[in-house]
Amino acid sequence: MPLLEIVNLTVDFATANGSFRAVDSIDLSIDEREIVAIVGESGSGKSVAMLALMGLLPWTATVSADCIRFDGQDLLGMNDKQRRKIIGKDISMIFQEPMTSLNPCFTIGYQLTEVLCQHFGGRRRSYNNRAVELLQQVGIPAAETRLNAYPHQLSGGMCQRVMIAMMIACQPKLLIADEPTTALDVTIQAQILELLVELQQNNNMALVLITHDMAVVAETAERVVVLYAGWQVEQRSALDLFSNPRHPYTEALLNALPERAQGKLLNAIPGVVPGQLDRPKGCIFNPRCCYVQDLCRQQIPERQEGVLCHYPLELDLKPSRSSQDMVTDS
Amino acid sequence: MLNYVIKRVGIAIPTMLILIILSFLLMHAAPGGPFTSDRPLPAQVLANIEAKYGLDQPLWRQMINYVWGVVTQFDFGPSFKYKDRTVNEIIAQGFPITLKYGFLSFIFAIGVGIPLGAIAAIRQNTWIDYLAVGVSIGAQVLPNFVMAPLLVIVFTLWLGWLPGGGWGGGSWEYLIMPVIALSTSYMASIARITRSSMLEVLNTNYIRTAKAKGLPTKTILLRHALKPSLLPVISYLGPAFVGLITGSVVIDIYFSTGGMGYFFVNSAMNRDYSVMMGITILVGFLTIMFSLVIDLLYAWVDPKIRY
Ligand SMILES: Nc1ncnc2c1ncn2[C@@H]1O[C@H](COP(=O)(O)OP(=O)(O)O)[C@@H](O)[C@H]1O
Ligand SMILES: [Mg+2]
Repeated sequence: MPLLEIVNLTVDFATANGSFRAVDSIDLSIDEREIVAIVGESGSGKSVAMLALMGLLPWTATVSADCIRFDGQDLLGMNDKQRRKIIGKDISMIFQEPMTSLNPCFTIGYQLTEVLCQHFGGRRRSYNNRAVELLQQVGIPAAETRLNAYPHQLSGGMCQRVMIAMMIACQPKLLIADEPTTALDVTIQAQILELLVELQQNNNMALVLITHDMAVVAETAERVVVLYAGWQVEQRSALDLFSNPRHPYTEALLNALPERAQGKLLNAIPGVVPGQLDRPKGCIFNPRCCYVQDLCRQQIPERQEGVLCHYPLELDLKPSRSSQDMVTDS
Repeated sequence: MLNYVIKRVGIAIPTMLILIILSFLLMHAAPGGPFTSDRPLPAQVLANIEAKYGLDQPLWRQMINYVWGVVTQFDFGPSFKYKDRTVNEIIAQGFPITLKYGFLSFIFAIGVGIPLGAIAAIRQNTWIDYLAVGVSIGAQVLPNFVMAPLLVIVFTLWLGWLPGGGWGGGSWEYLIMPVIALSTSYMASIARITRSSMLEVLNTNYIRTAKAKGLPTKTILLRHALKPSLLPVISYLGPAFVGLITGSVVIDIYFSTGGMGYFFVNSAMNRDYSVMMGITILVGFLTIMFSLVIDLLYAWVDPKIRY
């Protein structure tokens, strides 16, 4: 039995311009100790899908699913109080914006021990040693003195480490890291990723890594879920996906990697992810797809073998680089 | 933190001195004096009186004498109009009254305003929110000089529940209307500021983090959201304090409560230099002390200021 099983997750936002479907029938299952990457450009619904799982979306969001099971428990049928026993303890999440994710009015020590008190009871003081241990674990030097520091005294990378310490404090079975390094310096990014993978192995937890960086995925993930404008366009093992992408969007993402650049030009995907008001008819990727056919403009594709496409790419049938370029140019 | 306090007190002392000197000079720069009246006194009599009160001396000497008396002995000198009373006696009579209803007004404005605003924010777009917003808008357009007669019409003339004025030794039925008239508009402003600031805080990433930790709603609201929400409220308390002081003049006159406002207005009319100065300096002193307290409060809530 998988640790987490999500079937047909859909999230709609009530907006001034009517209802907006930010996440459209996503399936996701995660085994214990697995690293799954969720990739896609900004606005693909990566954050919204995971916030829905955590129950952290604002009231304008309507979440529906056929099934959300975690560790044998049905999260869908739970009330807030029951869910709070799991959130922050067995499933926890770190965010993209480390500098603003810590409360500026409370010390690091307070915010760290608070979560332990909440889930294990007891007095805050009694967790001071554990807090120091956690800070050391996430690579914060002079951990004892940091307990009395306020967030504004720490750098972005340090704040993210504190966030990680806070979220692994209760030894969760699943950690969701939502673009944990996007806001950080390049040099720090690699350190934080390394830390997350190390913690995943030492603590035997599963890790969902949300990112739009395919290079990061290649280094860390075992399985990859590709989202595009709320659609789950492809989901496969990382090895498979990198050697043989089946969805044109996945292929385009991979071609955009710097090491696959042709000459000096990066193969950026032209256009942007459609928002609420410019969603096309038919397949949602069709305006940017270099293999687009008439059918794609008319009809919404069905999912086949984990690929949401009318014409999934086949290893053999995959057009060669040169013919693909012709299509792009035309 | 201690360094911060010492620094702030260090600034307060020269501020106080400047206040005393400035108000002394301004007072004497105005034309006329306490003994000028419609029927001029004979020159010799005037000179005698002025000599008695030291007004014949050069201004700089008067000032040094005055400042010396204030700083070393808290002595504000004799009143120029109430011949048998000193300024200190007048303050001793009026100040406790002003302090009592002023303090109650302040507590009322904060004690009702903050919870009202917080509840409105937490229950945004429900009837509680609409009610709170409605009440605070209504209350805000009713300054003390409108509120006071309205209250008297309703509670004294129509219902006959409360005395329309007087102090009655400060018992509650004499306090209710002054306190409400004085504090309602500040209560409303505090509620409005709390509401908008709380709404903003509830949308921040750190509140999302608090939820992600699995904390109960009560903890999130009272611990994680309230404290940062209070920053703009605290900065409003300074102006509100000054507003309460000026408002007390209206209250003293309208309700004949006998507080300092009454003496303040009279002394200005009569050019009773020493009473006027005494009250100005006392109020200035209170304002400076209060802003010191505000700054310390601010530093307590916002750690960025402390370091
Ligand atoms: N609270 C909200 N109300 C309305 N739309 C939202 C809200 N939050 C996110 N969205 C929309 O949902 C889509 C997916 O957003 P998000 O999950 O944040 O993308 P990303 O993949 O970059 O994490 C975006 O188009 C975004 O504008
Ligand atoms: Mg995101």
